Amino acid sequence: MKPEFKILSPTAILGYGFPEASFLRGMAEKPDLIAVDGGSTDPGPYYLGAGKAFTDRTGVKRDLRYMITHGVKAGIPVVVGTAGGSGAAPHLEWCREIILEIAKEEKLSFKMAVIPTDVDKATIHAALDAGDIEPLDLVPPLTHEAIDASPYIVAQAGVEPFIRALEAGAQVVLAGRGYDPACFAALPIMKGYDEGLALHCGKILECAAIAASPGSGSDCAMGILREDSFVLKALSDDRKFTAESAAAHTLYEKSDPYHLPGPGGILDLTECTFTELGDGTVEVRGSKHVHTPYKVKLEGSAPVGFRTISIAGTRDPIMISTIDSIIDAVKARVGVILGNEAKAQVFFHIYGKNGVMGGLEPLKGATAHELGIVIEVLADTQEQANTVCSLTRSTLLHYGYPGRVATAGNLAFPFSPSDVQAGTVYEFALYHLMPIDPATAFPFRMEQVG
Amino acid sequence: MKNILDIARVVRSKNSGPYELVLDVMLKDRALFDALRASGQFSPERVAKAYGVGLDEIRNIVWFEPANAVKVVMPRRIVSGAPGDSDVYGAQQHAPLLGMTFDL
Repeated sequence: MKPEFKILSPTAILGYGFPEASFLRGMAEKPDLIAVDGGSTDPGPYYLGAGKAFTDRTGVKRDLRYMITHGVKAGIPVVVGTAGGSGAAPHLEWCREIILEIAKEEKLSFKMAVIPTDVDKATIHAALDAGDIEPLDLVPPLTHEAIDASPYIVAQAGVEPFIRALEAGAQVVLAGRGYDPACFAALPIMKGYDEGLALHCGKILECAAIAASPGSGSDCAMGILREDSFVLKALSDDRKFTAESAAAHTLYEKSDPYHLPGPGGILDLTECTFTELGDGTVEVRGSKHVHTPYKVKLEGSAPVGFRTISIAGTRDPIMISTIDSIIDAVKARVGVILGNEAKAQVFFHIYGKNGVMGGLEPLKGATAHELGIVIEVLADTQEQANTVCSLTRSTLLHYGYPGRVATAGNLAFPFSPSDVQAGTVYEFALYHLMPIDPATAFPFRMEQVG
Repeated sequence: MKNILDIARVVRSKNSGPYELVLDVMLKDRALFDALRASGQFSPERVAKAYGVGLDEIRNIVWFEPANAVKVVMPRRIVSGAPGDSDVYGAQQHAPLLGMTFDL
């Protein structure tokens, strides 16, 4: 029988934080690995396209200080996937600098492997020409223009590059975009633990205590791999794992909870069982990894213009009752004034009506006693966006709609200035599969820190 | 007639990647899960009606016994964060389900 392999997952996203007591309780269990995946596409296309982290630097440094300091002192490997939230070169460097700062401040010395997962555009162009690029479900076919327009293109790396870095003796592994479970599963797979169990365990641990009950993205969780199962354990008295909480997490953000595709395989959970062991822990069995031709998911975002917004509200029942026709009239009037210069797209987010669900809102006629209105303008330049937003805001403010009695102004502005420049807007441009050779892709750079 | 909140403990929506929206309903126990599933009342037709969308927008309904849960897969009408989007995370698109009732 293999000995137990314990994985400490401090937090769902690097920078979300965790209670010190939970982390120390995890350390007291003498884990074999401390790992965290820092990323997600959830916060939208901006962060990858702009090369910026969606988490706060101070928060990330605080979390990493615990992980790096305790890991290095105890000789426990620390593996970080999807650095900086999106895992492209600037995100990786941002996170690397934070680790170097911590090492200096804490006087630590260790070997760190850095694994970039940016994909060369020429490689993707060639793969597209060769017919090797496959869009994921609902995603339009890839174009050469989309490749060129995306400042950063990353691939979700599997466990292989992590394993090579760990085999080379890295104390800390810092990777670009990783398949979420890869940073958790690489070391146990390297040590001969079952791939299906290791990846499924990683799939749950990547959200840390979100899969516990009550769930939390800012508390620690532990996964304990055994020969033919894994056990999930909470590290705070506030929560525990239940069969249902663990199983429910398998549903989260997935279109098919029984088959979870990843690099080089599909996690097949059709035979999976979740059993409560009676002490707040859950044992999971039957997770299988079925190999498929090796493909990685590419991610990229491209700029589509510049945004300016204005936030306002109305409390006038006459205006509220005719808001749709007022918005239409204002759009038309702005169009007339700007003429051919009006190359902007104008969106009205009407909170209290359909601001949250937009076109999907089934309650068509309902309105509240007050409405929040966000005017959103997208244009080719920031100046154009500012101009159109300003004109739209002032036109709506003073528009003389039928039946109007409040002739001093139609909008309540919470802020001065009323308009906010929101900068470059991105949209997802790549979300496609590309074949790679896992034996050679994503080489690491080893560096001596401290 | 039972309201969905009489039989479910979780009713939520979330992106499954930037292009897809998933709705999760977790029933309070296995008996309710089995009853709802057997009743055929949580159907693509009824979910489409609750959202006022065509049947073609309900791409899949998956019953997941280990979590006593049923999942609906829909396309996002606007890709997460693209111009015109109103819910980047897709986490507030669940409310039409709260009006569903079932004869169990």
